[in-house]
Amino acid sequence: MTNALAALEFPSIGHLVEWEGLFLKGTPFEVNKVVILMWLSAIIVFMLFWVGGRSAKLVPAGVQNIVESTVEFVRKDIILQTIGPQGMAWTPFLTTLFFFILICNIWEVIPGIQFPVNARMALPFFMAMLVWVLYNYVGIKSQGFGKYFKSVVIPPGVPKLLLPLVALIEFISTFFVRPFSLMVRLFANMLAGHLLLVTFAVLTSALFTKTFLAVILPLPFAMLVLVTGFEILVAVLQAFIFTILTAVYIGGAMNPEH
Amino acid sequence: MIDILLLAQEAPDITPGLSGIGAGIGYGAAAIGPGIGIGIVVGNAITAMARQPEASGMVRTTMFLGIAFTEALALIGFVVFILLKFT
Repeated sequence: MTNALAALEFPSIGHLVEWEGLFLKGTPFEVNKVVILMWLSAIIVFMLFWVGGRSAKLVPAGVQNIVESTVEFVRKDIILQTIGPQGMAWTPFLTTLFFFILICNIWEVIPGIQFPVNARMALPFFMAMLVWVLYNYVGIKSQGFGKYFKSVVIPPGVPKLLLPLVALIEFISTFFVRPFSLMVRLFANMLAGHLLLVTFAVLTSALFTKTFLAVILPLPFAMLVLVTGFEILVAVLQAFIFTILTAVYIGGAMNPEH
Repeated sequence: MIDILLLAQEAPDITPGLSGIGAGIGYGAAAIGPGIGIGIVVGNAITAMARQPEASGMVRTTMFLGIAFTEALALIGFVVFILLKFT
């Protein structure tokens, strides 16, 4: 009993998410595994669309099929539901965003790599900032600064007495809470998934002994398999949620009535 | 006598243990509200889909949005847990 438990040593959080720099060590441009995975994801997204659109046929097959059905999904289920027909110009941006986040997340379950890029704060932070700049730009461009600010701060149909309080809450929630929650949602989901997988993997390897404890080995192993499947779902869902929230924010800045 | 001997010893640092307890209870408390909230959101979405299956696409999109906003609270609790436990 004590032998098996002695082997169960949960690695520290720094050990789980911090990677050695591979080159340019000690400079702000240090490159480690996460950065390389991020570059790889960008290249994969580019290749996917390049291969899919290079020789587009009337009846899609293979890569073209994947790309076309995703574009269709982004148009029908994300843009039409949130921005409306006038938001079709956002299809390229939202499709790229969806694919990029999805591929960054899916590294979590690829054997031998098993680290989601979004489990580090940097990339979600950058993307949330990008979305923040974008929807404010769209709002100011389509309505003008004064009108946009007014439509954000003063929601229609609020009693005069409550207006200062509501205005303050709306201001904070639109300009501070939105990017923060967008960032934390993606980051914390991926980090939690990574830790969950690590927990069951550590438990499985600790029980891999010749003692009688090996009897309960199938339990954590089955959980590991189940959680891996669940994490694939979470990776797709988080990419979808990030994209749809981006679309909602852009749509809200474009036409403030809804 | 034993009490005095124990007092004479240097008091051990209990801060890591206390912050561990705080992190565990804090995350547990932070998960209560979002758990109930997500239950309400999904339950009502299922009711809506069962009543009007032709509107299920729109209901599903809105449901995911609702889940995303509700879940954010639990995730902020998780981040606080990580910060308290590991730093």
